[in-house]
Amino acid sequence: MRAGSLRLYAAVAAGGFRRYATYRAATAAGVFTNTVFGLILVYTYLALWDEKPHLGGYDQAQAVTYVWLGQALYSTLAIQGGGAEKELMGRIRTGEIAIDLYRPADLQLWWLASDLGRAVFQMLGRGVVPFVFGALFFPMALPNDVTTWVAFVVAVLLGMVVSFGIRHLAALSMFWLMDDRGVSQTLMVTGIFCSGMTLPLNAFPGAFGDIVRVLPWAAQIQMPADVLMGEAAPLGAYAFQAAWAVALLAAGRLVQSVATRRVVVQGG
Amino acid sequence: MTEGGFIEVDRVEKVFDVRRKTGFLRRERRQVRAVDSVSFTVARGEMVGYIGPNGAGKSTTVKMLTGILVPSGGRLRVAGIDPSRERTRLAHRIGVVFGQRTTLWWDLPLIDSYRLMHRMYRIPDARYRENLDRLVELLDLGALLDVPVRQLSLGQRMRGDIAAALLHDPEVLYLDEPTIGLDVISKAKVRGFLRELNAERGTTVLLTTHDLQDIEQLCSRVMVIDHGRIMYDGPLAGLHEVGESERTLVVDLERELPPIDAAPARVVRVEGPRQWLAFPAAESAAALVARVAAEYPLVDLSVREPDIEAVIAKMYADQAERVVS
Repeated sequence: MRAGSLRLYAAVAAGGFRRYATYRAATAAGVFTNTVFGLILVYTYLALWDEKPHLGGYDQAQAVTYVWLGQALYSTLAIQGGGAEKELMGRIRTGEIAIDLYRPADLQLWWLASDLGRAVFQMLGRGVVPFVFGALFFPMALPNDVTTWVAFVVAVLLGMVVSFGIRHLAALSMFWLMDDRGVSQTLMVTGIFCSGMTLPLNAFPGAFGDIVRVLPWAAQIQMPADVLMGEAAPLGAYAFQAAWAVALLAAGRLVQSVATRRVVVQGG
Repeated sequence: MTEGGFIEVDRVEKVFDVRRKTGFLRRERRQVRAVDSVSFTVARGEMVGYIGPNGAGKSTTVKMLTGILVPSGGRLRVAGIDPSRERTRLAHRIGVVFGQRTTLWWDLPLIDSYRLMHRMYRIPDARYRENLDRLVELLDLGALLDVPVRQLSLGQRMRGDIAAALLHDPEVLYLDEPTIGLDVISKAKVRGFLRELNAERGTTVLLTTHDLQDIEQLCSRVMVIDHGRIMYDGPLAGLHEVGESERTLVVDLERELPPIDAAPARVVRVEGPRQWLAFPAAESAAALVARVAAEYPLVDLSVREPDIEAVIAKMYADQAERVVS
């Protein structure tokens, strides 16, 4: 990519960051919600791990860490949707997408940049506080070395791209559908369940677990969590995440070109 | 550059497949000709009005001219570029403004959207600053630059959108309903600006609108489209002849009198001492005025130009009549 393009998408990402930073009350409400949900889940997990120690290969401290990590990444990775894809769906439905097509910019990279900007804001604005709260009041299994933390951040960044890839594909379905409710709900249910928001994917039993752990959603919370807690080798995790990121972005690009070529842009 | 026009449209068609639900699972396929063999050329620096009723094919034409829709047939060139093949290259040379849609970032101050345009169109820094300063001054945006777009009034947002479309010095500007929903003062501001832009920068402008005053005040040439076909293409004055429109002479007499006899002009209304005489728009009013002044006790008079809206409505009615009969 040329320097000019890089500057453009950097500007788009910066815009995405600032757009979310504008809504402070929403951010504060989000921090509060994630903290409360974290508390509920932590006590549920503690009860569960009392009954079944080492469930999914985690000890209690790791289970607690997993919960707070999930809360920190919940909005960052738009686990139940609600990132840039929500806006993209709206623009396709109303026909505003026509304006985006007039621009001398790549549509997919544009939305990716915008969503990454949003994700980084959500991580700093909404993710850090519940996580620190958890670390202060509960025993957690956190690494002492900087290298592992850096490796964790890289895994989160790759998770952001995979997350966008999934949601971008879902949003493009709006070129053929007239209403986003079905897609949005499917996105929400699969996101919460398959990303391991309810239970770590490690704890899923048998063949079912084997399948869930190779789906793209596994790249979102499970991988960064395992990298942070030393349960997975960073390079293996990155390879898994990058493979899904490339596959999803390529599929998105293909669907996008079919969609913009064939389908009528709605409304005058 | 190809000879002839800056914008060249040669027998362009756009056919859409429309599927309609006719039963529980049955769908009926139907073809709709949104644009049906349309041809026209627009020279560099021209300002052309493109008018027609809803669903006539205006927006479809503009979408093909900008490359986001691929024509089903015919040939299309803008600045020598085939729009749908080289959409991104063309995008650097055109500006688009939709009255009912915005290109601005809703949540952020206006200036943020402009900074983004700066990067997107790779405008050299010096030129960006120069253009921004000029547009801010001409469109009166100084106080609005730091205001989030969602807080702007419709007129302010419209001016903001026009500036956003012009920062990269496009050679051609497509305007779709640029004055829709604006009050009289905002409309005047937008029109004044467009006139100046065209005169000073030689920007080619294609204007689609429902507001005929936009056309009257801005365009010397007008194209009328209906049912995907060009029904009229020529000077605004000629539209009156085609539509067989009439001018009105309003006469104030000294006292109430029976209807004035001045054929071929005919009295269409009488209100006390005031009478309205309709006569063909193409004919001079001088002879009629002289005749009335010689034969009747005249106090005052005025001539009213025909309303294009009425002319076009009449044109559509004639067309429909021909189809029916």
